[in-house]
Amino acid sequence: MRICLPNKGSNRKAGEISAFENNVGEIEYEKNRVVSDDTSAFFSQEVDEDMKKIIEGSHAIAEAVKLSMPKVIAAYPITPQTHIIEKLAEMVAGGELDAEYMTVESEHSAMAACIGAQATGVRTFTATCSAGMAYMWELLYCAAGMRLPIVMGVANRALSAPLNIWNDWSDSMGARDSGWIQLYCETAQEAFDTILQAYRIAEHHNVLLPVMVCIDGFWLSHVYEPVNVLEEQDFVKPYQAPEIDVDSDEGFKRIKIVLDPKQPISMGEYATPQYYQEFKEAQQIAMLNAKLAIKEIHDEFAKKYGRSYGNGLIETYNMDNAKYAIVTMGSVCGTIKHLIENEKIKDVGLIRIKSFRPFPTSELQKALERIESFGVFEKVCSPGLGGVVFNEVKAKTNKPGASFIGGLGGRDVTLDNVRKMFDLIRIKDENIHWI
Amino acid sequence: MPKNNNKSKKPKISIGGITAKTTLANKTGAWRSKRPEVTDKCAGCGVCVEYCPEGCIAIQAVKGKRKAVIDYTYCKGCMICASVCPIKAVIEKQEK
Repeated sequence: MRICLPNKGSNRKAGEISAFENNVGEIEYEKNRVVSDDTSAFFSQEVDEDMKKIIEGSHAIAEAVKLSMPKVIAAYPITPQTHIIEKLAEMVAGGELDAEYMTVESEHSAMAACIGAQATGVRTFTATCSAGMAYMWELLYCAAGMRLPIVMGVANRALSAPLNIWNDWSDSMGARDSGWIQLYCETAQEAFDTILQAYRIAEHHNVLLPVMVCIDGFWLSHVYEPVNVLEEQDFVKPYQAPEIDVDSDEGFKRIKIVLDPKQPISMGEYATPQYYQEFKEAQQIAMLNAKLAIKEIHDEFAKKYGRSYGNGLIETYNMDNAKYAIVTMGSVCGTIKHLIENEKIKDVGLIRIKSFRPFPTSELQKALERIESFGVFEKVCSPGLGGVVFNEVKAKTNKPGASFIGGLGGRDVTLDNVRKMFDLIRIKDENIHWI
Repeated sequence: MPKNNNKSKKPKISIGGITAKTTLANKTGAWRSKRPEVTDKCAGCGVCVEYCPEGCIAIQAVKGKRKAVIDYTYCKGCMICASVCPIKAVIEKQEK
């Protein structure tokens, strides 16, 4: 069961929940609940209610991509991501979106086409997941290394074998070191908003890194939710190729990075041992800059459209008086928020990591400062280590923490599972638990 | 303890490995462990020119005869030229 609560600061009223979900009738929501949050000032913003549509998470992404005006979309279908690119193909064919739609023969080619297109100075988009993303692997590093601000939708799905088409985070977690910014969404509305922000973050002159916008496969990609779809926007401006200092025969000079026969340049050039390390260092600096950019762009979006997600990097829920915290990402947060709200739990709060790369170290440390113990729930396991997110969080704090691995291959995470996790956190358990 | 040989200060780079200089500066010939050599049998048909992944073979007139000439500044020694030659006119030597 995935329960979606109204977002803080969202104009969705409490009580409106995903269509086509079971158990909906059994759940009673407090009406018009306002949650305390550091960005709750934005809540008062008025937003036009008429624009709300009941659409799939995948289509929410496609609608946001359309508004961002990419010029090239190259993609290859794979469940559960297919609806994103199908919808975009429909938009291009119907003349709603003026873009070149490339039906490539593989994900490897999809990313290669996006890299080539982006290098010529246009905005691009692709989407993938699971085995498709694994096939795209070497190009992920190329896109990040060439500092091309490509935005990619990922509908997280498990990897084979055994073959499984359902949700977990094995695909994008494996690519956490690829140099891509990774943003994980909780709702279809957040996916829509995050795509718009992702283009701004990726193209920020201090960042210039590709961004993955991750949604839980099926739980988000195939579930219909009310989404405020903007008819037009001026948040994402038409694409401007970045201007950077490049090595030339006349020394370093600032040029517009566009592949053009009139201005011959090489991108992603050969780097000997003497130089290679500096490129990785530059990527790390860009990631640190991205933390600032994500917050800045998130706040600008919140002011403009009245919807906010924590501070853009992490979101805290019920943490004001909490003694314990559960840390997780993605759509499962709706279920956790529902349990906290419905059972009026005071002692356990939720910390949702929205930006996994760059990792929100200082924000997490601040959120975990006053709590006694925590637990991390994650839909990924690194065999031989355990929980990936757990180990990253635990490395930044000396508080006792429990690692919960569950929801793998699309397994349901129920309210009972969440209750059990809360109980284990309360007794300061420090083991790995399979949920 | 291994000595730190990194005496030079940090080199300046352009992010994304972008350069407006010619890539001819990257002399890949130093990578070669096998050395293809064109013998006098060569008829200058040009098949190797089409197949060379580095584009470093050209057909030139040598002593009044058309012949394949390899640019060893860039030849990596992949030996594709030897394998595609229809009359086995390219032979493999060990790079010294």
